[in-house]
Amino acid sequence: MQILTYLIPISLLLGVTALGVFRWTLRHNQYDDLEGDSQRMLNNEWDYRPKP
Amino acid sequence: MGQVDPFATAQFSACPACAVAPLAVMQARKGLKPMAGPRPEKIMLSVPTAHCAACMRSIETALSARADVVQARVNLSLKRVLIDLAFPVDPKNLIQTLAELGYQAQVLDQGFLSSKQSDKAGDDLLMRLAVAGFSAMNVMLFSVAVWSGADAATRDMFHWISAAIALPTVAFSGLPFFKSAASVLRHGHINMDVPISLALILASALSLFETLQGGVHAYFDAAVMLAFFLLAGRYLDHRTRALARSAASELAALEVADAHLITNGTETLAHILTLNPGDHIRIYPGERLPADGVILDGQAQIDRALLTGESLPVFASQGDPVAAGEVNLSGHLTVQVTAAAEDSSLYKMADMVMAAEMSKGRYASLADRAAQIYAPMVHILAALAFAYWLWVLGDLHRAVTIAIAVLIITCPCALGLAVPSVVVRASGRLFKRGVLLKHQTALERLAQIDTVVFDKTGTLTYGQLQIAADIDSKLLHMAQSLARHSTHPLSKALATTATVDPLPITDLQEEWGMGISGTYQGQPLRLGRAMWCDMVEAPQTATYFSYGKDKLLIPFQDCLRSGALDAINALRAQGLKIILLSGDTPLAVADMARRLGIETFHAHQRPEEKLNFMNNLAATGGRALMVGDGLNDTAALVAAHASIAPASGLDAARVAADMVLLNDDLLAIPQAFAIAKTARRRILENFGLSLSYNLVAVPFAFLGLATPLMAALAMSLSSITVSLNALRVK
Repeated sequence: MQILTYLIPISLLLGVTALGVFRWTLRHNQYDDLEGDSQRMLNNEWDYRPKP
Repeated sequence: MGQVDPFATAQFSACPACAVAPLAVMQARKGLKPMAGPRPEKIMLSVPTAHCAACMRSIETALSARADVVQARVNLSLKRVLIDLAFPVDPKNLIQTLAELGYQAQVLDQGFLSSKQSDKAGDDLLMRLAVAGFSAMNVMLFSVAVWSGADAATRDMFHWISAAIALPTVAFSGLPFFKSAASVLRHGHINMDVPISLALILASALSLFETLQGGVHAYFDAAVMLAFFLLAGRYLDHRTRALARSAASELAALEVADAHLITNGTETLAHILTLNPGDHIRIYPGERLPADGVILDGQAQIDRALLTGESLPVFASQGDPVAAGEVNLSGHLTVQVTAAAEDSSLYKMADMVMAAEMSKGRYASLADRAAQIYAPMVHILAALAFAYWLWVLGDLHRAVTIAIAVLIITCPCALGLAVPSVVVRASGRLFKRGVLLKHQTALERLAQIDTVVFDKTGTLTYGQLQIAADIDSKLLHMAQSLARHSTHPLSKALATTATVDPLPITDLQEEWGMGISGTYQGQPLRLGRAMWCDMVEAPQTATYFSYGKDKLLIPFQDCLRSGALDAINALRAQGLKIILLSGDTPLAVADMARRLGIETFHAHQRPEEKLNFMNNLAATGGRALMVGDGLNDTAALVAAHASIAPASGLDAARVAADMVLLNDDLLAIPQAFAIAKTARRRILENFGLSLSYNLVAVPFAFLGLATPLMAALAMSLSSITVSLNALRVK
């Protein structure tokens, strides 16, 4: 049962990290155009870096 | 339109011209940027027909290729494009660029550019949803361990950890429910959020108490799961509403807000609200009249279609009264204002709409009705359980535990998802077909209709005239050549049908209100009214032409909107009664009714008559869908059980209507009706489903046999079945 003292904090930490990442994506308007983003990858013209 | 294979176009767009275009834009930008000033201009256009990667690319490429555009970005979910401009441009030019590609576009309100702020509420809900989801998953890990047999110290520890996660979550994620419940209770009412809040708070409190006592059953997982599922429903609900609000409020006024005011011979721009009776204003061809008035100088063809539904323009000259909302088609007019702003006929119409709105009974949505029955029932059941067990056992702790278990299990988790999940699905489907759901309950109301009432001009037709018959080509050719020189709408329509080069015509003379005359090969030509050409007036919309002794009658009819006939046939096949209600002349209306096979039609309908018609229909138990575009339809749109306005209609009509038809195709109406009917069926099924889970679980809870495991199962299973059922809306 000793293992629980490591596993529980680790699982919680992972969960909180995911939550933080989600919060970051939400703050950066990543969910504004889900349909458009899913279609954009079909473009023939790709970028090597983000547009300015 | 835009119906292209995405892959084919993707290949196609690799052409050299497209590859070069970005370079040209870059160069253009370099030259333009310094002039752009500190504030970049932005314009947002609605592009309802954009639907795939190829559409996005061609729109963005074409717009970016313009010298005045810095960047264009399509949002496919909302079907709009945000354009960064290098300098202010008339949006009409941008719309023209898109029209050349085959996309209809409309300008969106400038105030709407700050849309991101308006969806703060959505992001907030999403964050609360995410937190609840995170806790639900983590708490469930511990709960499963407890259910699988963890006991004594381990169980207590798991309960404590669960409490540490669940209590802050309930406080944070449950806040929207607590707020709503508190505000409702303060007004002495009750809604669904009251049992929800109670269940959340009591479940947390009971579980904390049990944990402190080292008890067996803790409902932390139930509390957070409840919050999670209910927030999911709440978020879906919010999204439908946000989408509708965005797309509807946005179809910005294309109407002018300024008038050309003449003071001491000079012309200045003045806002229409600042106009006073007695002011002189100038109206240029193509402009809408900003106020009621009398023509002082000039003569013109006036288009009254939006006010009265007449498809033919009328002639007005000095001394004739004109009303706000009419469009000057041809001449320059100087008008003395008789009634401006609130007093004008336009605003009187608005008053009538308001009155119609007031008199219309508020439709109680299915969700509201379910909540009205369900919310008290939950409380009564819990109270009964408490009273019964207190009486039987005399054990307060046990009675409270059972009562709370009943509350948790009956708590309307699936009920909270039943309506929003279906509405989101259905409104997504409708949006794809070009129907925008503006009002929350519009879908349910649309499903109940038994009659469809159509307006004619601008709704079933485009309001554009075309020649109705095959005519002797030589005379017609002469008439077309002559028509080129006239500004009369019929002449314009005639001239656009010309296929060969115009004939040389001399001695051109236009007589206002009568017609135009000229000479060709020594013979006089005349085009215009019947008496102008010495002909007999025909019983239909027509123009008359004479060449020497030869006479020609050129009949016109209004262009049918695409899919009008199919739409009406489809609606009839779905068992709906079709009625045509128009302000136009009996002849034109009867002709249209005959072409579409409509048996019931009424002509010469003034706005108040349309309103009365809808009210009478409602009084006799009819449920009508009103489809109309003009100001004269606005009151009827409000009074109808459900209403649709085409996006090409006037602002007022679009605002009044429950739904807006974003593209030209009327066939979307029968499709929308079919979707609405399926959606309604799914909503009712969902109520049945969530109720059936309760019927199974409540007896156990009432008898005190409920365990947290059972609550969790009932809750998640019912929520998932309800959501899956919603997906069946095709």
